[in-house]
This record gives sequence, structure tokens and C-alpha cells, in this order.
Amino acid sequence: MRGETSMFEEVLFKNRQPERPATLDEYRRSGGYQALMDALKNRTPEEVRQLVLDSGLRGRGGAGYPTGRKWAGIPAQAGFPRYLVPNTDEMEPGTFKDRILVNIDPHLVLEGIILAGYAVRAEAAYFFIRPSYEMDAQLIEREAEVARQAGFLGKNILGSDFSFDLVVHRSAGRYICGEATAQVNAIMGYRGHPMKDRRMAQDGLWHRPTIVDNAETLACVPPILRHGAAWFKGLARTEGGAGTKLYCVSGKVNRPGCYELPIGTPLREILEGPAGGMLPGSELKAFMPGGASTAFMPAQYYDVEMDFEPLEKVGHRLGTAAIMVFDQKTCLVAATLNLIEYFARESCGYCTPCREGLPYIRDLLWRLEAGEGREEFIPMLQQMAGHMGKSYCAFAPGAAEPVLGLLKYFMDEIREHLSQKKCPLEADQPRRTLWYPAV
Amino acid sequence: MVPAELRESLETEIAAAPHPREQAINVMYAFQRHYGYLSDEALVEAAELLGLTPLELEELATFYDFIYRQPVGKFVIHVCDGVVCWMFHENSIFDYLCKKLRVCAGEISADGLFTVLPTACIGFCDRAPAMLINGKMYGPLTPEGIDEILESLKTEYCEMVICK
Repeated sequence: MRGETSMFEEVLFKNRQPERPATLDEYRRSGGYQALMDALKNRTPEEVRQLVLDSGLRGRGGAGYPTGRKWAGIPAQAGFPRYLVPNTDEMEPGTFKDRILVNIDPHLVLEGIILAGYAVRAEAAYFFIRPSYEMDAQLIEREAEVARQAGFLGKNILGSDFSFDLVVHRSAGRYICGEATAQVNAIMGYRGHPMKDRRMAQDGLWHRPTIVDNAETLACVPPILRHGAAWFKGLARTEGGAGTKLYCVSGKVNRPGCYELPIGTPLREILEGPAGGMLPGSELKAFMPGGASTAFMPAQYYDVEMDFEPLEKVGHRLGTAAIMVFDQKTCLVAATLNLIEYFARESCGYCTPCREGLPYIRDLLWRLEAGEGREEFIPMLQQMAGHMGKSYCAFAPGAAEPVLGLLKYFMDEIREHLSQKKCPLEADQPRRTLWYPAV
Repeated sequence: MVPAELRESLETEIAAAPHPREQAINVMYAFQRHYGYLSDEALVEAAELLGLTPLELEELATFYDFIYRQPVGKFVIHVCDGVVCWMFHENSIFDYLCKKLRVCAGEISADGLFTVLPTACIGFCDRAPAMLINGKMYGPLTPEGIDEILESLKTEYCEMVICK
């Protein structure tokens, strides 16, 4: 099993250096910026878009929308300027792949950004990055300047008539800013509220055509151009899948980290291979396949192929492929409470189901966990989680996912809380859930 | 008033940006670094620089958790309470810091040095449990490790990364 994963040649992480990012020279020695030079000389933007469409690349930020189709959303007659927003907000709990990627090979991300800019004929990229990644924001600013000096960014790139530059836009927090329409508002200096029915490809930043793409998605573009669409599809382990995937594994495993593997690698191989198996004394109870807005999945899905379609087939979502591993000693009611506290705090408060419903769910879970639960809480949770689908944006349905997963697969654990009138897994010390200590 | 030099450099940056309002967060960070937090006075001054009303900027300032509208300590500790960090300590890191520093969330420790805030997943789940101090990541944390970190911050120079 280890053999199978180690045989595989990394695409996004191939320039990995110990403890430091790859330099421009190192990136170029491995074929870096060749795709850009080739595209500017030999390919029209339409051809680049077609190649990315043919490659089957799906967005790596969580929604999995086909990248080529997103780019094709800009109408042919759409005006200029157009914008690209590389999204490195990455606030989905459990997800840290973009931070690792930017730190391993900043120029791979930059070349992907420039190529995407060329493909959609954008004039500027607003690189959106969260405050806890300030060191990475500085890294990208520094390396973008290196790329500018080398003629890859700025006016008339490599002597062509394509001009394109990059600005790093620092965020000041808030989960919702990772959502494309909220992100566009945030960049323009408005509150990061999502905008329903706004097509970014026609009416984005400053009402101009705008493409918001995750950093990992963009990093896939140079290899696709260099090696072709068929090659990219061939990287996948699954029929119908395409490319490699950065899997972030965290929780009760021996080697938490970010691993590049063919997309569709079964969970078993990821956990037992690079992640080094469960911690001593820990058994797999549940995992979340792709961040906090995907449902808990029980151990029966241990062999599920970690790709968009196989997970959809069993009623789940790949999300960001941030695999969070829970063991038998972790109470999933308490874990759901933690997640809902997170969502309740991060809700922008704009619409009622999200603003009012999440605190309601939090209260029910809190009482369950404290041993004050009642049988009727179960249908109440079910109903409230159902109401989350009536919200303005995708935030609340995502927040409902852990609750629905808990109800679907771990009803026994909920009932134990009811029958024992306490958390069956509570440690000797009562679990604190408030932020104020009893001083 | 901020020093003329800082004011001029901000004016230059705002003027150079194709869309001045896009600079709102950068300007708030700069004022926060100067004053220690985004005071009422700073908010009015920053809004004026950006050509916004104080209310328009207040809308943004109160939206973001890395903009501090109240005084904070010299070091702001953002403790990750994401679910991965949680599964290793179940909020005890946060409680430990609050007890040790004798503060509640958002307060300043008696020596003026520390403020502790709960924070959404900071993206260091491979180093869980983790926290940020003035933008620098520390993890995986243990109570002993935290004691050492706090002691060293009291005595050693610490470069301010961003937030203050």
C-alpha cells in the first residue's frame, strides 16, 4: 500500500525543498514558466480555456465546479477590465493545503494565476489571503516581485501584448469571506456579505467580469498546459476523475499533514499510508472528508474513494478534501457543538435561518452534552437543520452538515447522552464550552 | 493624529490604488499598529483618509475579528478553537491561558502585555493545538510550552507581524 502511493510522482509538490519555498530558478529548472512562454507564443486564450475544460479540472476550494466551465461563464462580448481573484482565504476548518502549497512552490501558484489571467483576458489579480497567513502573504508579494523582474508579470509579459499584474489583498478574518461573492464585496471594501444571483463571471469586482479560483485549482493549470488534458485525467485513480489532490489530514493520526496523491485515492490508503495510521490507542470512529461543512462519515466508509463523484454517490461531499479524523474517545455531540459554535459565531447575521437557527441548534446541543437533553430535541434538531436550507447563501446548509451526519450515523451516541443524563465520554474534568473561566 | 510620515505614506498608497476603498483594511491595520488598537479617533482619521464616512468604516471594523476596536495588550493571543485543535484539548488551552493571565476573553492582563481571544480555525491543523500571537503561529501546544512562550515574550523582543 505504501508502495503504491510512493511510486506516484508528485505534480504540485515536486519542487518541495526541506524547510523553505522553491526559488524561481528551481521552479524554472523543473520546467516552470514554460507553459506561460508557450501559451503567449502559440496558444490563444480560447485554446487555453478549452484545454482546461478538456482536462476535467474541478475547483479545489470546496464546491468542485468545473474550472473550464467557470471560465467559459465570461461572455465572449464581455467588456474590460476583467479580474481574477486567487482565493487563499482557506478558512474551512481542517484545511491548510493552500498554505503548504504556497510555501512549497510559490511560482507554481503564480504561473497558474498568470495563465488563468491570460485565459480569461484579465488585467489584474487580487490575491485574497487571510490574516493568519500573513507570512505567506509576504512570501507571495516578494516572489511576485521576483516574477515581475523576470518579465513574467506586469506590462507586456515576455514581450507579448498581454499585460497583467497581481496585488495581494489582505483580509482581516471571517469565514464567510471565502465565499466568492462575499470575497468580492470584501475586496471592494464592503462587509463580506454574499450576493445571491450575482454571476461573478459577468458582474463581479467593480461590476466587471471576475473569476474567483482557489489557489490549488490555479496551480493545476501550468502542468495541464505542459502535459495536456489526457495526461491530467490519467493522474486520477478514479474513472471520470482528473488530476492529483492535496489531502490535508488532521486529528487523531500519527502524521497529520498535507499529502499530494492521485485524486480518488481511497481513504484507507491515505490514513494508513502517508498519515501513518491512527494514534496509539485510537480507533477510527468518524471522519469529515472535506472540512467542517461536510458531514461526519462513520468507519464503514473507510474504503471510499476520495474524489467528487464517489463521495456524491454515497450522499457526501469531497469539500476541500481536508480529512479530519475522530477517534472513539472523542464525543461527537461535543464535536458538533464545537462546530456549531464556530458557525454561529462566523455567521454574517444577514438572514434569519442562519442568524437565529444556528444559536438554537447550539443551545440544543449544549443541553444534550450537559446531560439536560430530552427526547424531543432529536426531531427539533432535525427540523432546525432542515431550515438551514432556506438561508440566503451556502453557509447555513454547510453548517447543518455535521448536525445531519450526527443524526444519521450516531443516533446511539445521542441517545446515550439522554439515557445517562451526561456525556458518556466525558473526562474526569467537566468539558468547558464557554469562553469565560470561573476565576 | 498619526505622524505626518505615516499619513503621507498611506495617502500615497491610497492614491496609487485603482480603487481606494480596496485599501480600507490595510489602512485600518496601519492605524492599529500605530495606536495599538483602532480607537474612535483612529477610526475617524482613517475614514477621512479613505474618503469614507466613519460609519462606513465602522461597518468594516466591527465585521472583522483581526481589527480591534477596544484596547488590547501588547501581545494578542488568538487561540484556535477549530474542531481539530478542540479534539486535543477541548477548550482547555483557552481556559489555561485565561486562568494563567487572570483575564476573560478580550481583557488585558494586569501587566498590560496580553489579551486572549477565541479564533476560528487558523489553518494550522497539522500543528494542533495551535495559537497565533501577533500573527506568529505556535503549536502543538502544551501547558508547559505555553508557560515558556509567555515567559520568553516578556523578556525577548518580538517582531510584530501584523495585527498590532
